[in-house]
Amino acid sequence: MDLKVRVWRGKEQGAFSAYEVRREESQTVLDVVVHIQRHLEPSLSYRYACRVGMCGSCAMTVNGVARWTCRTHVSKVVTGNALEIAPLPNFPVIKDLVTDMRDFFDKWARAKGQFKGTTTRHDDFARVEPTSKERRAASAGIECIGCGICHASCDVVTWRPNFLGPAALNRAWTLVNDVRDTQQGERLRAVAGDAGCHACHTQGSCTERCPKQLTPTAAIAGLKRLTAKAAARGEL
Amino acid sequence: MTTVATQAKLWYAMRISSMVLAVCVLVHIITVIYAVRGGLSAAEILGRTHGSWLFAAFYGVFVVACAVHVPIGLAAIASEWLGLRERTALVAAQIVGVAILLMGLRAVYGVVAG
Amino acid sequence: MMRRNDYRARNHPAYWAFLAQRWSGIALAAFLPVHFWALGQALNGEAALEGFLRFTDRPLFKVAEWGLVVLLALHMTGGARLLLIELGEGSGLRKNWIAGTVGVGVVAGLAFALALIG
Repeated sequence: MDLKVRVWRGKEQGAFSAYEVRREESQTVLDVVVHIQRHLEPSLSYRYACRVGMCGSCAMTVNGVARWTCRTHVSKVVTGNALEIAPLPNFPVIKDLVTDMRDFFDKWARAKGQFKGTTTRHDDFARVEPTSKERRAASAGIECIGCGICHASCDVVTWRPNFLGPAALNRAWTLVNDVRDTQQGERLRAVAGDAGCHACHTQGSCTERCPKQLTPTAAIAGLKRLTAKAAARGEL
Repeated sequence: MTTVATQAKLWYAMRISSMVLAVCVLVHIITVIYAVRGGLSAAEILGRTHGSWLFAAFYGVFVVACAVHVPIGLAAIASEWLGLRERTALVAAQIVGVAILLMGLRAVYGVVAG
Repeated sequence: MMRRNDYRARNHPAYWAFLAQRWSGIALAAFLPVHFWALGQALNGEAALEGFLRFTDRPLFKVAEWGLVVLLALHMTGGARLLLIELGEGSGLRKNWIAGTVGVGVVAGLAFALALIG
């Protein structure tokens, strides 16, 4: 029995091309894409690296939902015999299934998603209590590998081009909870407002789709609480 | 351009008004269900509300909370679904807010003072 | 024009809850001025208010009133869920509260319908 696979070819303008791929007992969507490129369509462009669910490079839209294709079994998502594979939404398309991630990471930087400290190698170790509320909040969010699925799944990212997005805000939240970081004031200013946490309407698609079960919704809620307090103190 | 501080304060105002409205709406729904039994009549309504300070206070607070809550929600929808710019959406929302406040307080006055 | 999500990506409970919250809010916001105008008829005397109430004795109006009560109950409970997510402990989407919101809507709708008819 063959899979009827439609794969996006082109950029934002383009069309789906149809291929038939033999259905296997144990088969991921990435297996299908690799097969198509190696045997049926050499000019197909796509990304993957680890193919074992660690790097996030293989994220694509499968039957309308953003997923890691290497961790998506065909049997779990196929409708009848049909698979539709497209690039991630909310990203510019370079070619076929490959998207431009630059703005995604630029937003990460704009959200002050980098650590900044003042101690040096000559100072003693920082002491962070592992069971503290802040450390636990940070731990809940630091496993993000920047795959972009949350960003692709969010309608607010679609509706507001300046919105920093769930990944950048989740990263900012982990740093807000890093007691060693010294640019908390700038960070709160960076993540507040309609380009920041206040544009989130708790649609929850980010939390629903994150392959690492992270919760950007909760991270953004945390940022809302802290920015409101800062605004009340006149510090925003 | 609306500042981030303004957005943070609007968020806060919306959440505080939500908490007030949660109480008001719960009371209101129960009141409405109780009141429509056997049909509504002006005599019944005005009989309860006329001269009642409790009514005036409760529904006055209700109206003020609405006047805060509704415009902030509508402004977001106007920006995201109607394509209005931030500034325009907020100004339009403030107009709606004032309208709700005036019409609402007029209605409360109407049934209490009559 | 970047690709956008369609209904397949939006097909999960927290998104339905968002849509219900937004659309119920729009409906209630549109109703509010009408509601205030109607009650404001009392300023023209009891007879004016009575006249308006009798005008709304038709089935169409009663169905609309019922709809508004249900939407109000949904918006309130859905809003309570959002307050819990934003201000409370825990990091989930509180899907039990989504179910609860539907439940409260059903209860309010039934109670109102029974009060109207009974």
